[in-house]
Amino acid sequence: MQKYSVFNLIKNAFTGHKDWEVAWKDPTPKSEYDVVIIGGGGHGLATAYYLAKEHNITNVAIIEKGWIGGGNVGRNTTIIRSNYMHDDNARFSEFGMNLWRNMSQELNFNVMFSPRGIINLAHSDAQMNVFSRRGNSMRLNGIDAVLLEREEVKKIIPMADFSENVRFPIFGGLMQPSAGTARHDGVAWGYARQADSMGVDIIQNCEVTGFDVVGGKIKGIRTSKGDIKANKVGLCVAGSTSILAEKLNMTLPVETHLLQACVSEPIKPILDSVVTFGAGHFYCSQSDKGEMVMGGDLDGYNSYAQRGNLPTLQHVLTEGIAMFPFLSKLKMLRTWGGIMDMSMDGSPIIDKTHIEGLYLNCGWCYGGFKATPASGWTFAHTIAQDKVHELNAGYSLNRFHTGHLLDEKGLGTKTWIS
Amino acid sequence: MLHIKCPYCGMRSQNEFAYGGDASAKRPELNKEISDLEWDSFVYLRKSLRGKHLELWHHISGCRQWFKVQRDTATHEIFKTLKPSEDI
Repeated sequence: MQKYSVFNLIKNAFTGHKDWEVAWKDPTPKSEYDVVIIGGGGHGLATAYYLAKEHNITNVAIIEKGWIGGGNVGRNTTIIRSNYMHDDNARFSEFGMNLWRNMSQELNFNVMFSPRGIINLAHSDAQMNVFSRRGNSMRLNGIDAVLLEREEVKKIIPMADFSENVRFPIFGGLMQPSAGTARHDGVAWGYARQADSMGVDIIQNCEVTGFDVVGGKIKGIRTSKGDIKANKVGLCVAGSTSILAEKLNMTLPVETHLLQACVSEPIKPILDSVVTFGAGHFYCSQSDKGEMVMGGDLDGYNSYAQRGNLPTLQHVLTEGIAMFPFLSKLKMLRTWGGIMDMSMDGSPIIDKTHIEGLYLNCGWCYGGFKATPASGWTFAHTIAQDKVHELNAGYSLNRFHTGHLLDEKGLGTKTWIS
Repeated sequence: MLHIKCPYCGMRSQNEFAYGGDASAKRPELNKEISDLEWDSFVYLRKSLRGKHLELWHHISGCRQWFKVQRDTATHEIFKTLKPSEDI
């Protein structure tokens, strides 16, 4: 594989940049693989990469219905954080933070990881108490957390509404200084390029139409490009999980919902951290191009549309303007939607299934992007060793049956309860 | 903006309504012995269909009645709305 470096950039400049190798090939599928990963998003690509790198399993195919990076890995708001209270979530996401920190070097691809910090705003004394509890739990798990007083928050985001006669005055906030953002499609491309160089076949525009299950064991998959045999199949398809589960006669604790995001026109640098509104669901950061990147609630009803509806956007931006009044002066540049695999307790599932050789990775709700490396790493381990790693032991499928829910924030499918 | 026909009030815009989830999930019969599996299937497991989906909506900023809607989850087209006691 050709290394990306400043020397290679200069060298290729002399030949008009015509001699760069393709970043990944476009192979026709073989009839058999050791492992097939369904879904060429961030998690699927990362899984294939770690299967090759950590477990030396390179006879692997990634089957993608569209094109790699065309789903949620290219549709999110690029936030990376590990500010969780529950031990299972904290350990898993902090393990991921360490992978993020070295990702650009490891993948030889600039994913523009920018640890600019995240601030969760608090709007009451009670919320400050809850945040101090969460901050203490984070610190016990080795994650950096700082409880900020109102005046400290004001120094970092002076443009927020600090007046006292507003409905939700800012009391303070909880900050994770090591959190940040990254270039989302760079993550997909970086993993794809490395996985391809180690022998993984990335097969795009290939839809999975069925599964071959014999005697409780997976034997292969049927696709629009023919049948492929494999004794191990990993499902990594986010919002399409329920569609494939139906083909396997499985019903899962997951519903597919629509989540929107939007960016404003680019403006001069004003915000150098990620900020979340504490009295509703709104979050905001500023991209390197200057756009304000914003997101919030689900549209609220089951949807596979990948296309949002205006009332939710209006609701989310109303919260945004309550937090940062200057946003009302900006024009929106783009809005878009992605379909989320919303689990019933708001936490993901990375586990084996009752079908031998079939592995499940789903339920990422609002937080799939930041989990990309840790999800790929633990899913690869689960597939390669045929057993869950201690990092994803809490993300079991049967926790809904045994009652061991990971209800970190109560952010499941049922936004209507709030 | 979805336009939803409340069976009691007629056509109204989406922001008068709240979503109530899959209408095909049936609560196990009262006072009947059931297994944990039946109970957690009712509470947690959903088909999450792509295409025609029967679901509950609540006219929360209107008559406050619950009702059923048959809607396409891929196109958002609404085919039919029904009172809770009615079946498709």
